[in-house]
Amino acid sequence: MSAFWQLVRRDLLIAWNEGGTLGVALGFYLVVVAMLPLGLGPDLNLLSRIAPGLLWVALLLAALLSLGRLFETDFEDGSLEVLATGPLPLEAMVAAKGFAHWITTGIPLTVLAPVLGLLLNLPLEAYGVLIATMLAGTPAVSFIGAIGAALTLRARRGGLLLALLMLPLYVPTLIFGIEAIGAALADSETFMPSFLILVAISLAAVVLAPLAAAAALRAQLQ
Amino acid sequence: MRLVADKLSSARGGRDLFAELSFAVSAGETLLLLGPNGAGKTTLIRTIAGFLAPRTGEVRLEGGPADHTLSEQCHYVGHLNAVKANLTVAENARFWSRFLGGARGRLEMALKTFGLSALRDIPAGYLSAGQKRRLGLARLLLAERPIWLLDEPATSLDSAAQQVMTGAVNAHLASGGLVIAATHAPLGFAKSRDLQLGTAAEPA
Repeated sequence: MSAFWQLVRRDLLIAWNEGGTLGVALGFYLVVVAMLPLGLGPDLNLLSRIAPGLLWVALLLAALLSLGRLFETDFEDGSLEVLATGPLPLEAMVAAKGFAHWITTGIPLTVLAPVLGLLLNLPLEAYGVLIATMLAGTPAVSFIGAIGAALTLRARRGGLLLALLMLPLYVPTLIFGIEAIGAALADSETFMPSFLILVAISLAAVVLAPLAAAAALRAQLQ
Repeated sequence: MRLVADKLSSARGGRDLFAELSFAVSAGETLLLLGPNGAGKTTLIRTIAGFLAPRTGEVRLEGGPADHTLSEQCHYVGHLNAVKANLTVAENARFWSRFLGGARGRLEMALKTFGLSALRDIPAGYLSAGQKRRLGLARLLLAERPIWLLDEPATSLDSAAQQVMTGAVNAHLASGGLVIAATHAPLGFAKSRDLQLGTAAEPA
């Protein structure tokens, strides 16, 4: 277990030293959301109605930016091979890297989302739900994305391929994330079911995605 | 303890590299893999490390601890050094030491042996190629593992660093470890046997 936390710790340290990766993801999120009102016009009712959807879609795109590098740097400098000879099963290794990605990308994007909600005239009472659904949904984004990162590890221009492969798999997360916010705003009873399904998707991704990603990595190391 | 390869065959990209290759390396011995470029030295090392599945045959460790897989008992030093450019030398070494489960005191010893103590707080990205290689090799000393798999270990090392590496390898052999190294240049390892690969290949 200690090897697991050592790996998480190293990835956090690298992300902290680098800084740039997170900055790019946050900056991208900011720019995309700031551009949308310019394109859609200053109709505040329209903006506040579609704000949850816009925030979620832009978050997925911003997270995908850094997901492509999840295993790539370790692959390029040979660390991945040494990690594979380590005491940690490849599945746990993937889980550690997915967890570190969630901390360094999922959480900061979630924290930025309410600020961007201001730009889209998101109703004030939606802010708590927005943060809750994003915290519950972003683990699925990191862990499902890890499958794509492993599959596209050796592909040239893998980032585009990654988006193509992974965005369809994010549909359930997206639907229930947006549905939960909408239900909370409408004071509807469907908030809890939607939110719990979102949590269930994340939990399933945390357990199952490392198995798939590790299988893909084994093939990539051949 | 004996590492046994039994009738290994391997092919890369549809080309047969070696077929029905059998050998055994006992504790305290070195096996040097020799052969021209593309003879399959790296492929053989990666097969032993468990990254590649052989087409036929198997590699097994006889008389090792039963609760560890073969690859968990191997130190693999390939062409790449597994060094993170934006971590310092000490942070790199500390991570591998803890991840691979090395004892605490070995960290300073490993850095000192490979002449990296003075560089410990420098980000590894600023190191020269030879210094990075030394940091990659220092991993061998961070955690105790019986089998060392070295792929061209002397690349970009100066003669002093090569002697340090040879000394480390010979100490490892003396303490009952075994070493398999692919090389073009003579390395001066003790008790070494040669395995010539790719002799059957046509010199086209």
